[in-house]
Amino acid sequence: MTEKTTDGEGGWFEGLERGDLEGAREAIENRSAESPADWPAQAVEAGFATDEGDYYDALHEATVPTAREAAAEREQSDDQQLIHSIRAMDDATRTANELAERVAEWAGSRFDRSETGIPGARAVAAREPENPADERLVGLAARVVALDEEASDLREFVERAAGEVAPNLTTLGGPVLAARLIALAGGLKTLARKPSGTLQVLGAEEALFAHLRGRAPSPKHGIIYTHEYVRDTAREHRGSAARALAGKLTIAARIDYYSGDRRPNLERELDARIERIRARSDP
Amino acid sequence: MSDDPGTSGDGASDNDASDSDAGDGTSDTGSSGSPTLPAGVTYRERSGKSGPCLATRGTPVYGEPSDGDWRLWDARRSKVAAMYEKGIDLGLAGNEKVLYLGAASGTTASHVADFSRVVYAVEFAARPTRDLVGVADDRENLFPLLADARTPETYAHVVEPVDVITQDVATRGQARVALANRRFLRDDGRLILAVKARSEDVTTDPADVFEAVLADLREGYEVLDTARLEPFHADHLGVVARPR
Repeated sequence: MTEKTTDGEGGWFEGLERGDLEGAREAIENRSAESPADWPAQAVEAGFATDEGDYYDALHEATVPTAREAAAEREQSDDQQLIHSIRAMDDATRTANELAERVAEWAGSRFDRSETGIPGARAVAAREPENPADERLVGLAARVVALDEEASDLREFVERAAGEVAPNLTTLGGPVLAARLIALAGGLKTLARKPSGTLQVLGAEEALFAHLRGRAPSPKHGIIYTHEYVRDTAREHRGSAARALAGKLTIAARIDYYSGDRRPNLERELDARIERIRARSDP
Repeated sequence: MSDDPGTSGDGASDNDASDSDAGDGTSDTGSSGSPTLPAGVTYRERSGKSGPCLATRGTPVYGEPSDGDWRLWDARRSKVAAMYEKGIDLGLAGNEKVLYLGAASGTTASHVADFSRVVYAVEFAARPTRDLVGVADDRENLFPLLADARTPETYAHVVEPVDVITQDVATRGQARVALANRRFLRDDGRLILAVKARSEDVTTDPADVFEAVLADLREGYEVLDTARLEPFHADHLGVVARPR
C-alpha cells in the first residue's frame, strides 16, 4: 500500500517535510487522487505524523493558509477589482444623490433660494455657516460633494481598468457597460462562458424570470440597453439591435478571456450590422 | 455531559427512519416527533423567545446569540439545523468524520465542526472562502479546501473516507455531485443533502425538480427520509440517504 508513491495516487503529505508549508500548498492545490484513502493512518505509517491527532494538526496547519492564499489570489485578480470598483461607484453615486436630497430639503428651510441635487449641495457647501444648525448643514453638504468627487474618481478608475481587463469588450461596449456585464456575470471567465442570449438579458433577471414563469413577454435587453446601439434604435428594431450587440459582445468577452489580443474587425462588423438594422426603419 | 439519550428516549431511531421511508423518498412531511440529536447538540430555552432553539458548543463566529458555551444554531441560516427542526433523523451520534460540500462562509460548517471529529469543508467560490478560513482559524478540526465539488479527484488526496457527507451546493446537477462524491462515504455512512430547486431549474415546479433529483440520486444511494424545508428555506428539500 505504501508502495504507491507516484504523483497522482498518494496523499498530499507524501514526500513532504513536516513544516514545509509551501510544499504543502503546492501539493494540496496541484496533486490529485482518483479515490480517498486512510490518509491519517498512512501519514503515521510514513512517519509524517506521530498519531492521528498530530496528523490533523499538520493538516490544519497546511489547509488554512492554502485556502486563505488561494482565495486571496482569486479575489485579487483584476476582474474582481473591476467588479468592486464599479459597485463602489454605483454606491457612491446613489448615496451622494440621496444625501443631496436631504441637503436640499434642509437648505430650503434656511435659505431663500436653493438648488437641488449635487449642484445644490455644492452651493450649500460653499456657504459660510452662521449658527450651529448651519454648521451641520454645510458640513453634510461638504460630505456630499466629497462623495460625488469620489464617484468621479471611481469612474475614471473603472474606465482605465476595464480596458486592461477586457479590451475588446470595452471597445465595443464602452468601459462602464463592460464593467457592469463582468460584474453581473461575476467575472470575465463566467461572462465568457455565457451564451449570447444570456448576456443579452443580463440585468433583466426579474423580467426574465417573470417570462419563464409564463407571466410576461420575454425581455429584449438587460443592461446592454444603456448602449446607444440599443437605446437609440427605433423601438420596433430594438430587439434585433440588442441581439446583434449581445452577439458581438459575447465574442469580444471570449477573445478577452481566452486570447487577449485585439480584434478591430469586431467593431466594424457590429457597426455595419446595426446600420443595416436601422436602415429597415427608413422606407 | 450529553443529555441526548435522555431527551430522545429512542435508541433505535436510526432503523426506524430507514424503515419508514424506504420505498417512497418523496414524502413531504418528514418523520414526526423529535429526531435524535448528536452529542454536542441540544435545545436551549431562550429568553424572550417562544420555544427552545438548537444550539452547539463552540466559539461564536457570525454574531449569533450565545448562552454560556452554547451558541444558537439558527434553522433559518442553516439547512442542516432546518432538517432537525423539520423532524428528519440525520442518524448522527456526534464525533463523526464529515465531508462538507458547499461550505460557503462556514456558518453551518462551524456548527457541524462543534459536534464532529473532523470536517473537510469544500467551497469553490473565493469570497465566501475568505470567511470560511476565518472560521477555520480557531477550529482545529475544520479543514478548508478551495475546490470544486464536481471534481472530487482534486481533493481526494487530502480527504479521507468519511462517515457523513453534507451537501449544500447551488449548482445544476446536485444529484451528480452527490454521486461523484460517493467514493468518500463509508458503506454505513450518511448523505445529508439540501436540494435547491432553483439551482436545477427555475421554470419547473419544485416538487417535480425534487422528484427528478431523487430519481438520479437513487442510482447510488438509498433515500431514507426527505422533508421540505419551508418555512426556513424556500424551495429546498432536505434528504437523508445512505450508499447502496
